[in-house]
Amino acid sequence: MKENLLLDYLLQLGDNALVLGQRLAEWCGHGPILEQDMAITNISLDLFGQTRNLFQYAAKVEGKGRTEDNLAFLRDAIQFKNVLLVELPNGDFGRTIVKQFLYDAYNFLNYTALLNSTDKQLAAIAEKSLKEVTYHLRFSSEWMIRLGDGTAESHQRMQTALDDLWMYTGELFEMSEVEKELVKTGVAVDLEKLKSDWSKKVREICDEATLKVPENGWMQKGGKTGVHTENLGFLLADMQYLQRAYPGQQW
Amino acid sequence: MSNTWPLWEVFIRSKQGIHHKHVGSLHAPDEEVAIENARDVYTRRQEGVSIWVVESKNITASNPEDSDAFYEPAKDKIYRHPTFYDLPDELKHI
Amino acid sequence: MKEADLEQKFQDKIDAEIRIEPRDWMPEKYRKTLIRQISQHAHSEIVGMLPEGNWISRAPSLKRKVGLIAKVQDEAGHGLYLYSAAETLGIDRDTMFQQLNSGKAKYSSIFNYPTITWADIGAIGWLVDGAAIMNQVPLCRCSYGPYARAMVRVCKEESFHQRQGFEILMTLMNGSQEQKDMAQNAIDRWWWPSMMMFGPTDDDSPNTVQSMKWKIKRYTNDELRQKFVDVCVDQAKVLGITLPDPDLKWNEERGHYDFGKINWDEFWNVVKGNGPCNKQRLKTRNEAYDNGKWVREAAMAYSEKRAARKAAGKVA
Repeated sequence: MKENLLLDYLLQLGDNALVLGQRLAEWCGHGPILEQDMAITNISLDLFGQTRNLFQYAAKVEGKGRTEDNLAFLRDAIQFKNVLLVELPNGDFGRTIVKQFLYDAYNFLNYTALLNSTDKQLAAIAEKSLKEVTYHLRFSSEWMIRLGDGTAESHQRMQTALDDLWMYTGELFEMSEVEKELVKTGVAVDLEKLKSDWSKKVREICDEATLKVPENGWMQKGGKTGVHTENLGFLLADMQYLQRAYPGQQW
Repeated sequence: MSNTWPLWEVFIRSKQGIHHKHVGSLHAPDEEVAIENARDVYTRRQEGVSIWVVESKNITASNPEDSDAFYEPAKDKIYRHPTFYDLPDELKHI
Repeated sequence: MKEADLEQKFQDKIDAEIRIEPRDWMPEKYRKTLIRQISQHAHSEIVGMLPEGNWISRAPSLKRKVGLIAKVQDEAGHGLYLYSAAETLGIDRDTMFQQLNSGKAKYSSIFNYPTITWADIGAIGWLVDGAAIMNQVPLCRCSYGPYARAMVRVCKEESFHQRQGFEILMTLMNGSQEQKDMAQNAIDRWWWPSMMMFGPTDDDSPNTVQSMKWKIKRYTNDELRQKFVDVCVDQAKVLGITLPDPDLKWNEERGHYDFGKINWDEFWNVVKGNGPCNKQRLKTRNEAYDNGKWVREAAMAYSEKRAARKAAGKVA
């Protein structure tokens, strides 16, 4: 039973990294300037690296012979446990940055807390990931500021994106049943405790970016229980196509 | 409104104990982004431990036409090079 | 010094294998030739990201996905190094981008062909990168210093690309019949365009003589093409794949493989813009550039504001 909880938790962490990495990779070849193209792609590569570490561990915990690729390519939308925020379409570069920043600010705190996980393997993955995520947060924070406090047009685009995406931030701190159970044994992170630090960071960066932090209103949720937006199905159809069309092959 | 970013020269120290070396250039709006871009562009394969960036326009270069006047005089000062001095082979650690 | 003397001194340096550096005197035609060649090379890297980039979202495993992303990202880097090398000759990147986006500048025609199946990613890695490496290795000794140095970096990074492509094909050839067919089909489509990558035959490439004299080029198009064929035939045997050329056979006398006639009519048509994807590639590049304009502007505006604030702070 405990194993299944841990498996679910690892999948939840891995799905976030996988889906966000897949979204960011859409920028490869289409960035606003070569240097930024490469920067975004680096973050995407980091996220896929984290996905692999988490899925390899998940497969081991499950112990049924599934591989990282089985977990990534052979589950359907209702079995994915990522938060809704990461599956939303990229939109323009500014919206991608806002989405990334809101997630990075959470992810940084989450991995920091996971350093103290009673699950040693997970703590080790967190330690490696945290180095990468620290840079991601620095990058997305800087671009929040640059684009928020850039031109009138960029400011407008960033504010609109922030307003639109805000209703997806509540879910970041929504505890699933799995998380509630695993917090008791010190494996998972108590998200409630991250919330004020997250709000502080978001406010600090938004202030510098001259962006207005939206009021907390109705929050969308469902990703953690497999109830997703329509976007995820298309993302998976694209990502999983070869594995689905030619089952059981080596690539 | 300008949408072209200035050019920066990038210097990287590949490991502790050696000089920074010019590795190439890139575009960035300012020094902070230039450093980050240098990391993403020029150290993807762990090529560095330290990065310098300087806006290209701030580099003053010697004129190649002066090169005789600049560098020729050093050519015959071979006494600055250690191999100028004949020492017995059995001498070690010098 | 008179122009003719300068030119003689310049040629002497080249003959003595001394590299030319940005601030050295050089004939205007040398500069122009290099700007054209380096910028075309850079454009090829950037446009070359697109056909492979297509498959990033669909790569069939996580390992293949990160390998492909890293490769396409390397191409962005290579484009960047090359644009930087061209910039030392007095042209800025934005001007080069505009030449590309307007359709005025050329890039390698190979990237105007579509990537239809996953096997195309293998074929591009093996054949297209293989041909590119053939072209690029001698460029590491190009007479122009910044270009040669950029190429050293490019070649160092490029070495994993071809291996990755070969491994993708190898895996497919060891797989199901469907996978084998997929691989063979890709080679059937990519072989001839790859052969065209070396450019027109020597009799039809009037600039070669001057470029060789200036040591921008070290081998002629036909020499490089022959090397490529010789290498590929043996590698195809390892793969168990058939190169789609019935005239391909060993010529004992020449010590090389003979090969069939290249369809130069197709080549020139693709160069002129009639390839299957010319319009699509340019449209994608233009969109990326146009959609990025507000980002580049905003970053500049912010930097200027911040610099002004800093200056004001110092005064106060």
